[in-house]
Amino acid sequence: MKNTLRQVFHSSKFVAGFIIFVGILLLITFYPLFHPGNPLDMIGVGTFAEPGTYVSLYDSVGTDTETLKLPDAADKRLDAVLGKEDRIKMVAWLSAMEVDIEGLDYMDTEALMDLWRANYDDSARPNGMTKAERNYYKRLNESLSSMGAGGQMKVFENDAAGEEQQIATITPEDYVNVKNVANTKTLVLGTDNFGRDVLKEMVSATRTSIMIGLIAGVVATAIGLLLGLLSGYMGGFVDDAIMFITNLFTVVPSFILLILISYSIGQEQRGASVVALVIGLTSWTWTCRSVRSQVISLRNRDHVNLSKLSGHSLARILLTDILPYIASYVVMAFILQVSSGILSEAQLSLLGLGPKTTEVPTLGLMMNWAMLYSAHLNGSWWAYFPVILMITLISFSLNLMNTGLDQVFNPTLR
Amino acid sequence: MKTEEEMNVRGQEIISEAPAAGESATVSLDRRRDVSGNPMCISGKGVTKIFGSGKKENIAVNHVDFDFHEGELVSIVGESGSGKTTLSKMLLGLLPVTEGEIYFRGEKRDISTTRKKKEYWKNIQAIFQDPFSSFNVFNKIDTVLLDCINMTGGKNLPMEKKTEMMTEACSFVNLKFAELTNKYPFELSGGQMQRLMIARVFLLKPKILLADEPTSMIDACSRATILDMLLNLRDEIGMTVIFITHDIGLAYYISDTVYIMEHGRFVEHGSADEVILTPKAEYTKRLISDVPKIHEAWDLSTVE
Repeated sequence: MKNTLRQVFHSSKFVAGFIIFVGILLLITFYPLFHPGNPLDMIGVGTFAEPGTYVSLYDSVGTDTETLKLPDAADKRLDAVLGKEDRIKMVAWLSAMEVDIEGLDYMDTEALMDLWRANYDDSARPNGMTKAERNYYKRLNESLSSMGAGGQMKVFENDAAGEEQQIATITPEDYVNVKNVANTKTLVLGTDNFGRDVLKEMVSATRTSIMIGLIAGVVATAIGLLLGLLSGYMGGFVDDAIMFITNLFTVVPSFILLILISYSIGQEQRGASVVALVIGLTSWTWTCRSVRSQVISLRNRDHVNLSKLSGHSLARILLTDILPYIASYVVMAFILQVSSGILSEAQLSLLGLGPKTTEVPTLGLMMNWAMLYSAHLNGSWWAYFPVILMITLISFSLNLMNTGLDQVFNPTLR
Repeated sequence: MKTEEEMNVRGQEIISEAPAAGESATVSLDRRRDVSGNPMCISGKGVTKIFGSGKKENIAVNHVDFDFHEGELVSIVGESGSGKTTLSKMLLGLLPVTEGEIYFRGEKRDISTTRKKKEYWKNIQAIFQDPFSSFNVFNKIDTVLLDCINMTGGKNLPMEKKTEMMTEACSFVNLKFAELTNKYPFELSGGQMQRLMIARVFLLKPKILLADEPTSMIDACSRATILDMLLNLRDEIGMTVIFITHDIGLAYYISDTVYIMEHGRFVEHGSADEVILTPKAEYTKRLISDVPKIHEAWDLSTVE
């Protein structure tokens, strides 16, 4: 046993997979301790807030300011305001006015602004430009020039009497220390369509998905192992009967079966564990078949014959003379079942047949939400990409462990 | 082809050759016994085994009759595929008999239920060809031997008594029990494992021992030792030994009775002297002539 473990941990593939998987387990164990709270809390009102640190504008106004005169502040401000589209439009205007724009990099704010200031004329009428377009340029120019001028802002507050009272004047050189702002929030992966913290949701979803995988794996392996052992060892009628059932399950694609069962159970009854059970009940067939074939090759071995001659019971022969010989194989089958259980849950949930959406998030449900709210169309990568990455990492690490085990155990049946 | 006379001469030569060199020279002709007066231990009438059916039908054992006496050492000799192992599996009750009856101590053998099977198995044990696959590699040697004691009703004996029995069994086969405790069977050599197998039988004391080519995977030196122990064991327990082998020379030295098997049939049987010295069947003559001899070109002309 000790020797076997040492052998297993000498396999670099197994170790790599093991480290990734343990990393994921540590993440789902410790992240919720440091960031407690319901992962399904809708903290954002809008949809799909981008990842980043959010600083309360309201609190910033009251916070003590420092005056910093930074030389490139104005340019940065322009940079932030000037979108890519605006820049392309500006270049279009310049070229329509036959200005020499040879060698101009439109992302170079300073060069672009110099040319713009020198050449923009709101009375000019470039060829083929509609009035609406000319008005757009007028507005753009106004906002650009006000930015450059760097005017002050005044902040008013409604007092008790409903009168507007000026409470602060903000100049371009006023800065607040983020530390001193009462409310800031870092959303590492932004928010999803319901305004929920994607990272927190994903950690919780990973935990649920791994649990679903484990339950499905245990159920599938237990059924497959039991039927495989009986069918392989006993042969004859028992074998025929069990293989008939197994073939029935194999011929009907298990995913179709999974969809039908999930659908007939109904949304309200489908908790995470029910889904796990359904996945387990439909995916045991290949474990059964492969365990059976291994047992058939073992059942005529001399040590099994000797055990029979010694008058040992069926259960004892199966447990002591056959099961230990296929144990490594069963562990490998179990790992693959866990991995495919997680993937099955993701597929089911993506179709909207996963666990009910009000209790716990799962990786599949998160993908389903992202798809329903077109995250992939409006560029909100953070709503689905980390989830895909997590699913990939889990099944990658499990498969890597499996390959490692395969290398250690496969050469013979030991 | 050799002439019949030449073949008979070859039979005489085998006898004149010394037994295989080894630690023990006790494998000699004087250990044969005449057991024809003993009561019948196991016998068969028209025992047949057919694998498959229809076009794929394969008759492995074809209506064989045999009578093995108590305390007899019977060799069943035949080439690969002649049905020796199938017959042995049927005798052990591991394979169902297609046709015919096996009689155990004069009565029809009944192994129709699990309970009756277990009852029958108390009387018969086996030693198989490959010692490396005969042990469950997950059980320690202690477990293997303790199991035998528990099976023969020694479950409630004190541990000291059990250890004493195991030590006795091991010393019977020249093994030291103290050195074997907490070891696994696969840590031993092939010869040691086969001896441990014999120690196991020593503890179980069955009525019948079925030895299916027990020495064919063992080197020549250990072979004589193992055979010696097998003979000692027979003398000790007084059981019937059914020795299955393809080596007719070996069968001659140790057996009281020899059965020659070809294509699922017994072509000849009788006392070892009868069969080897005055073979009647063509097949027996061929088997005898195929035994290689040192210092002489090996005539393979009879090999098909």
